[in-house]
Amino acid sequence: MSYLDYKVTQTPTGLRKILYISWPLVFLLTAVASTGFLMLYSVAGGRLETWAEPQMIRFAIGMVIMFALAFVPIWFWRTISIPAYLICVLLLVAVDVVGQIGMGAQRWLQIGPVRLQPSELTKISLVLLLAAYYDWLPLEKVSRPLWVLIPVVLILLPVGLVLGQPDLGTALMLIMGGGLVMMAAGVSLWYFGAVSGMVGGAIYAVMISRGTDWQLLREYQFRRIDTFLDPGADPLGAGYNIIQSQIALGSGGWSGRGFMQGTQSRLNFLPEKHTDFIFTVLAEEFGFIGAMSLLLLYCLILGFCIHSALTNRDRFASLLTMGIACTFFIYFAINMATVMGMLPAKGSPLPLVSYGGTQLMILLLGFGIVQSAHVHRPR
Amino acid sequence: MRKSPKEIFESSRSISRRGLLIGAIQASVVGVLGFRLRTMQLEHEEEYRLLSDGNSIKIRLLPPARGLLLDRNGLVIAGNEQNYRVTLTREEAGDVSTVLGRLRQIIPMTDAETAAIIAEINRRSAITPVSIADRLSWDEFASIAINAPALPGVVPESGLSRSYPRRGDFAHVIGYVGPVSDYDLSKIENPDPVLRLPEFQLGKVGVEAKLEELLRGKAGARRVEVNSAGREMRELSRQEGQQGATVQLTLDAALQNFATQRLGTESAAAVVMDVTNGDIVAISSSPVFDPNMFVRGISGPQYRELMNHDHRPLADKTVQGVYPPGSTFKMVSLLAGLESGIINPGTRFYCPGYLQVAGRRFHCWSRGGHGSVDAVQSLERSCDVYYYELAQRVGIDRMAEMARKLGIGVRHDLPMSAVAEGIAPDREWKRRRYDQEWQVGDSINASIGQGYVLASPLQLAVMTARVATGKAVEPRLVKAINSVAQPVVDFPDLGIHPLNLRAARLGMDAVMNSSHGTARRSRIVAPEWRMAGKTGTSQVRNITAAERARGVIRNEQLPWNRRDHALFVAYAPYDNPRYAISCVVEHGGGGSAVAAPIARDILLFALSGGVPPLSAYPDGERGAAEERFKNMNLAPAVVAQTGRARA
Repeated sequence: MSYLDYKVTQTPTGLRKILYISWPLVFLLTAVASTGFLMLYSVAGGRLETWAEPQMIRFAIGMVIMFALAFVPIWFWRTISIPAYLICVLLLVAVDVVGQIGMGAQRWLQIGPVRLQPSELTKISLVLLLAAYYDWLPLEKVSRPLWVLIPVVLILLPVGLVLGQPDLGTALMLIMGGGLVMMAAGVSLWYFGAVSGMVGGAIYAVMISRGTDWQLLREYQFRRIDTFLDPGADPLGAGYNIIQSQIALGSGGWSGRGFMQGTQSRLNFLPEKHTDFIFTVLAEEFGFIGAMSLLLLYCLILGFCIHSALTNRDRFASLLTMGIACTFFIYFAINMATVMGMLPAKGSPLPLVSYGGTQLMILLLGFGIVQSAHVHRPR
Repeated sequence: MRKSPKEIFESSRSISRRGLLIGAIQASVVGVLGFRLRTMQLEHEEEYRLLSDGNSIKIRLLPPARGLLLDRNGLVIAGNEQNYRVTLTREEAGDVSTVLGRLRQIIPMTDAETAAIIAEINRRSAITPVSIADRLSWDEFASIAINAPALPGVVPESGLSRSYPRRGDFAHVIGYVGPVSDYDLSKIENPDPVLRLPEFQLGKVGVEAKLEELLRGKAGARRVEVNSAGREMRELSRQEGQQGATVQLTLDAALQNFATQRLGTESAAAVVMDVTNGDIVAISSSPVFDPNMFVRGISGPQYRELMNHDHRPLADKTVQGVYPPGSTFKMVSLLAGLESGIINPGTRFYCPGYLQVAGRRFHCWSRGGHGSVDAVQSLERSCDVYYYELAQRVGIDRMAEMARKLGIGVRHDLPMSAVAEGIAPDREWKRRRYDQEWQVGDSINASIGQGYVLASPLQLAVMTARVATGKAVEPRLVKAINSVAQPVVDFPDLGIHPLNLRAARLGMDAVMNSSHGTARRSRIVAPEWRMAGKTGTSQVRNITAAERARGVIRNEQLPWNRRDHALFVAYAPYDNPRYAISCVVEHGGGGSAVAAPIARDILLFALSGGVPPLSAYPDGERGAAEERFKNMNLAPAVVAQTGRARA
């Protein structure tokens, strides 16, 4: 559907767009981010300027960007989807090249004062491209093998580059994000079944390859798996984070130990408690009620996005909103599962809550696009 | 392409179905997360609460004692010394300035220091202990411990800190340790938890950095009971860590000290190698700095002074510094020519003092020329025109290949920082680097070690050792690890014809010992230590035609940083080579006048195992040598200690 199909006259114009923005979503995002400020204040031992204040400033900037993007017509995003994807791929190549020259792994590019992390940007641009692709592709062709192969290649190209950084976690997130957009677009579920079966088989092959001469992973990678399966085996080394994080979480109980009273986090047992492990601080200080409330807020955000996607009659906007919601979902699910010891330890931030600029900006950029889709829906 | 209403309807229906499916998947994942939360927080709360309280039984890491670095005779080059210090934790101190005020009555601190400490405390998180004072006397330490009740948050600690008893002598090779920075941590995959301890130090440069893993050791742990404020009540159990490996280096502390003293305040480097096994016995770069300053925390002005010094004391000129090798490169050119078969040792070229090539005049250093010159004489008199003729016939690619064979333009694997690769240029290199074709003038410049050729003093020493032995001698720095000797490699033959090597060696011998030799004044007269060598003087500036017309300006009239580099390479004894040496004096002037006498003194010290006997010097040189040695402030010979740290 080209922009001619949009009944432009029925789409709000100018400043009136602000009335059509999904205000509940704005409210929910602010609520989640505020939870983050509160926890950052607590973790810093009751100090604003350490982490909470910079985070607030970033959030404010991010919100301004989100509102600005909400005003951008939705067809603009489809127009730039191909260039955006190509630029991201080029940036990823640049990161690999710079990384090789500078010796050692590197995931960002320093452009003036801005530290750009192309792998994060790719998460959004990949969703953009896939949504545009499926908008263009006639519905009856969606499940034909050739037309399934194209998006798979589009996903695997950045995945390969990200793996070269090397960043297995982000690569997996790209695959999951892309896969969910494909699923939303209506690709036959048999493909997903077949891929899941193959992945299961591959994991089995990797595990039995250990110690043989065709070993598929390096020894340290196997040790990381060991640590995940049994954190107690190495309590001072790699298992330390997982054990401490689980203790903090579990000891929270129903209502927690109270604001700024978490002993685990206070006494410095928790590593990286302002970034990857901030959920444990929340769970320790506010208990089950606090943790579930945050989970609920996340679900409401998801719900709003999915609702907006399902009621949007524009296929591109609908798939795009869905894809961004899924990316957001993957973010928080992976982080929570990790700190609860259900996934192997790997640094990933809790969206909108963890201290850090990149993921906050990328997410608010994503939600800006969601708002744009919401504002410019065909009515 | 416009979509029909039917298509839109189909699309919406499909998305709705799938949207609900995805929603269901997400809901079930959220359900699992919620269930897990419920299990952990509600059902197992008691267990985790116990574990959390049990965290008041804490495991504290015991930093391991860092491994010692010894010289080849077992003298300590880098050791550990007891260090008393106090740390302060903001959260426990409450009012930081009051506590600091009380502390100042015990330890003297200036206002500026106090301000710096407060800034540091505020920068760190509230629960991180920050070091307040270091290297306290026992009395200060004891009175802080006694006054503990009045000083909340202040913890007196004793620990080991790195010390370098030989001070500046090994500053460049060994490097130094320093506090662990966030940048250091970010570079390490899975950093050892011990690195996060306050005051823990890790190797920053040199051997300390390159052998970090080996030297660090393994942390021990002790289980202690702490009260709610985090103060230790008692120790429950203790598991000692493992000290880092004791690494014995090939260096000889006495020789290193002598070499450093001999280089003095010049901006210079000297490398001495045992040609039989590749052992680096001395590798000295001057001027030196005291690495202990970095361990204690160097002050801003001190650091700026080191940084702004025009002789660059922080740079390791032995392996990082690369210089045009000048005439010391002539062995490479000569051997390339001889091996190619284009010339033989008897081939003669006529030197009228210059050579006209492609409309340019290339001068020999001797205005009047050397007349008819053969291979041995070309080295003896360092005739440039001989090499210009040779370069045109042999070509750069053969010379570059020979340079790499002799160790120039090759990175030697030593555990030191920023070991330079140097440049042995060839056609391919110039195309890659400048996207230009190689010119015959480039070959002519390269043949006498000017132009694009660059070599580090280490590479020049390796080159000399290889010429002296005909074997592919590789330098090594580590002699033994935990008293287990590192294997000595039997170096393979270089595959250079013995007669060609002999011509190069005869030439180097003639440089020192024949009546026309350019470095005759620096010869060794003791027959058992007879030295063969080669001087080099490399330009760091271009002489313009105008300058040439006016007559060449004498070196001494130029500003220091535009004077020529003085170089010298040598080995001895001539009949049965033991040591090879290279010496570079930046902007020193002439190789024979400046670098050769230094190299001779150091080489004689190595050969005689102490201050050189005056009988090894020619008659006219003895008085000056005696005077030199008297004015040196050599480190007293220390009785070798067995390598055990105080822990």
